[in-house]
Amino acid sequence: MVENRPLADTLAHLVLLLGVLIVAFPVYITFIASTQTAEAIVQNVPMSLLPGDQLIPNYTRALVGSNTQGGSNPPVAPMMMVSLITALVIAVGKIAISLLSAFAVVYFRFPLRNFVFWMIFVTLMLPVEVRILPTYKVVSDLGMLNTYAGLTIPLIASATATFLFRQFFLTVPDELVEAARIDGAGPMRFFWDVLLPLSRTSIAALFVIQFIYGWNQYLWPLLMTTSEDMYPVVMGIKRMITGGDAATEWNVVMATAILAMLPPALVVILMQKWFVKGLVDTEK
Amino acid sequence: MTVEKRVRFKSWWLPWVLVAPQMAIVLVFFFWPAGQALVQSLLQEDAFGTSSEFVGLQNFVRLWQDESYLASFKTTAVFSVLVAGLGLTISLALAVMADRVVRGAGVYKTLLIWPYAVAPAVAGVLWLFMFAPSVGIVSFWLRSAGIEWDALLNSRHAMTLIVMAAVWKQVSYNFLFFLAGLHSIPKSLVEAAAIDGAGPWRRFWTVQFPLLTPTTFFLLVINIIYAFFDTFAIVDAATSGGPGKDTAILVYKVYFDGFKALDLGGSAAQSVVLMVIVIALTVVQFRYVEKRVNY
Amino acid sequence: MGAIALRNVEKTYGHGPKAVKVIHGVSAEIPDGEFIVIVGPSGCGKSTLLRMVAGLEEITGGEIDIGGRVVNKLEPAERDIAMVFQNYALYPHMSVYDNMAYGLKIAKLPKAEIETRVQKAARILELGGLLDRKPRQLSGGQRQRVAMGRAIVRQPQVFLFDEPLSNLDAKLRAATRLEIRKLHAELGVTSLFVTHDQVEAMTLAQRMIVMNAGRIEQIGTPEQVYGQPASTFVAGFIGSPPMNLLHGQAEGARFTIDAADGSAAPPLSLPAAAPRTGALTLGVRPEHAELRPDGAWPLKVEMLEMLGAERLVYGHLGTTLFTLRLDATLTPPRPGDTVPLHVSREHLHWFDRSSGQRLA
Repeated sequence: MVENRPLADTLAHLVLLLGVLIVAFPVYITFIASTQTAEAIVQNVPMSLLPGDQLIPNYTRALVGSNTQGGSNPPVAPMMMVSLITALVIAVGKIAISLLSAFAVVYFRFPLRNFVFWMIFVTLMLPVEVRILPTYKVVSDLGMLNTYAGLTIPLIASATATFLFRQFFLTVPDELVEAARIDGAGPMRFFWDVLLPLSRTSIAALFVIQFIYGWNQYLWPLLMTTSEDMYPVVMGIKRMITGGDAATEWNVVMATAILAMLPPALVVILMQKWFVKGLVDTEK
Repeated sequence: MTVEKRVRFKSWWLPWVLVAPQMAIVLVFFFWPAGQALVQSLLQEDAFGTSSEFVGLQNFVRLWQDESYLASFKTTAVFSVLVAGLGLTISLALAVMADRVVRGAGVYKTLLIWPYAVAPAVAGVLWLFMFAPSVGIVSFWLRSAGIEWDALLNSRHAMTLIVMAAVWKQVSYNFLFFLAGLHSIPKSLVEAAAIDGAGPWRRFWTVQFPLLTPTTFFLLVINIIYAFFDTFAIVDAATSGGPGKDTAILVYKVYFDGFKALDLGGSAAQSVVLMVIVIALTVVQFRYVEKRVNY
Repeated sequence: MGAIALRNVEKTYGHGPKAVKVIHGVSAEIPDGEFIVIVGPSGCGKSTLLRMVAGLEEITGGEIDIGGRVVNKLEPAERDIAMVFQNYALYPHMSVYDNMAYGLKIAKLPKAEIETRVQKAARILELGGLLDRKPRQLSGGQRQRVAMGRAIVRQPQVFLFDEPLSNLDAKLRAATRLEIRKLHAELGVTSLFVTHDQVEAMTLAQRMIVMNAGRIEQIGTPEQVYGQPASTFVAGFIGSPPMNLLHGQAEGARFTIDAADGSAAPPLSLPAAAPRTGALTLGVRPEHAELRPDGAWPLKVEMLEMLGAERLVYGHLGTTLFTLRLDATLTPPRPGDTVPLHVSREHLHWFDRSSGQRLA
């Protein structure tokens, strides 16, 4: 730092610690609650701040489903699977499609190229939330309700990924393409042998962002799934709390919440480097 | 944005094949429905779709005269100002502190960014749980401090709840960008100010904050868009738009009117309004942010 | 086999009224096995010409012939050429071995054959221990050698070099120049080498093509280009320090150098082939002027530069700048002195003033 001001440094650490604590607090509470019994939560108000002993039973009940006099909770395990598949399909699908489109837009000259580019750009301005009803109708007409296809395909074609790749491709030196042409590589060969390996970091970064995006989808699945076996976990969790405070099995709900948070958090933490790079790059 | 590359491959059919998947999806699931929304907003349909009548801009007129719509507009405005304001301030403070700290910066960073991974729906449930009138731990503390907390009945409390949940989730995103923005300010500028005798507080306000303007502006737009659209799940989970309709932000109202109340024309008109807003915001973002990034 | 023929080659960018012609009808015949250097200032079109031979730029007019085939419509890979780029253009994520083997892999050569060729090229270029490294682990000189290796393994009819030494530091440049010459002596492949550096051109070329503003000024051996420059451009471009160019008027059989104050050299007699009237330019190389007491040209000395083996003397003949090369062992004049210069007739170059073309 510029000067030595131990007081300011201490203050900085304090503020940061405070921030970390506030950020972590809700999750900590959630975790605690997921280790208590339902009665303990409802009756011992305020809830104790120390973990209880119901960790395994609660999580098992959450994953497998339960039937109590308060109401039944659907098993969370299948929902986690739905979320996982959705997130992976969206992440991989988006990346694949965008790579191809960005490649076409940057490395080829074809009529309507600019038009195509602008069309993709405009989709940035149409998040699913502004077209829910008619998109629902289209999906329904195509018979895609309650299917993985319906859950994922309408969300695969956004522009951010295409833009990121396009930007990256523009930084690849022209000479590499020329050397490849002289070496006899056609466009797809160049794409596969040279461009893709060079794009590894961008792909990793986007994977993190898109996985989280796919995992956290709420409104769209809410609209187009009606059968329980196609609910993603973030939807399932909301449905568990509609019984009112006392009727809800909070411990199981909180266990579900922790389960729902785990995979994306893991992806972010394990791939933190690429994630940060991806976020900052996407928005330039 | 339109940098011309000198090198191209020659093929008249390959590029079409390459863009076909994205184009197909974009046409079927973006433009067609958007067009439909536009058309539907000009129609009055009954719930079963058996009859529709062209009513021009009547749906829009009805919207502007509808008290609940205007209320929703106001709610959304208040909500987004609070979310953006609080979100930016808190994360800026954290970023500045993280920039100062030499040791442990990496750890703090990891510990502060993971909420980005939390689904809005889950965030809503978490905060609901903490503030639930009977079992919530925070509501207990509040009551002990003399505040009668009840998010189910008190609209101010409900609004506070969703604001807190939304800000909590967004802090990590803002933090990352502010941190990146601070790192991109040349150290030599700050050092020069220090040599000129400016203390840390002054240095922040006169050197770092002005140079962060592009980042701040950019995040402002992003946060507003976030507050408008990405917070649906938080609202649905935490308050269901209630009490009554007091926390029904615009996007929630579109959903409710379209799917629950089955007012198709009205919902479509609301969608169109939202479309206009998001287009305006995106245009602003690209125009001004891109321009101001270069000094 | 690897002979190249350029017939009226033209290049135009754009269409209609905004079209820009950058290469104006260039023709040349390059026999198989020749090392020919295309040299000229930035923007003269030399790289564009090379790229047209390579197939990286469209040929707007004329024909390019490689090994007897017209290649205008052929893709680079079909022309049996290899290219060495200024910025090496190595694939960053592939090892040195893979970089060199890439083109051969695409051509579906058997693995054993690829191995043989890569190892041979690695031996010639002394890259033996580096085959597993990635480009970022190599120095600039090593990268350039890998780029050359990539070209060699393809065993093409023609090598194309696009300013390959420009990114190297001076010492490395000299060493790599020698390596390129040795390579050519060993492999004997027709080579087209583009550079803006006239020293590189002079030292490497069997013949040179001097280009300016999209046109060929002169084709010839280094001796021819240096000794009988075809225009004032070539005269001023080749040679360092450049040839002194003195503008003047021809009247009758005499030539008078322009000088505002009339204090320049006394009139000279023109050679028989020179025109008798009109504006002419006289060219004299710095090393061809001697300090002689009976010299007819009075040089007003202004500055001296010591280069080691020789000295450069800068001064004025009348109002025209004149540079003189003096052996360092001779006693130099002092700034402010006026010294007599002599130039033998055979070292006088005559050019037309307006067109710049050589007269005799």
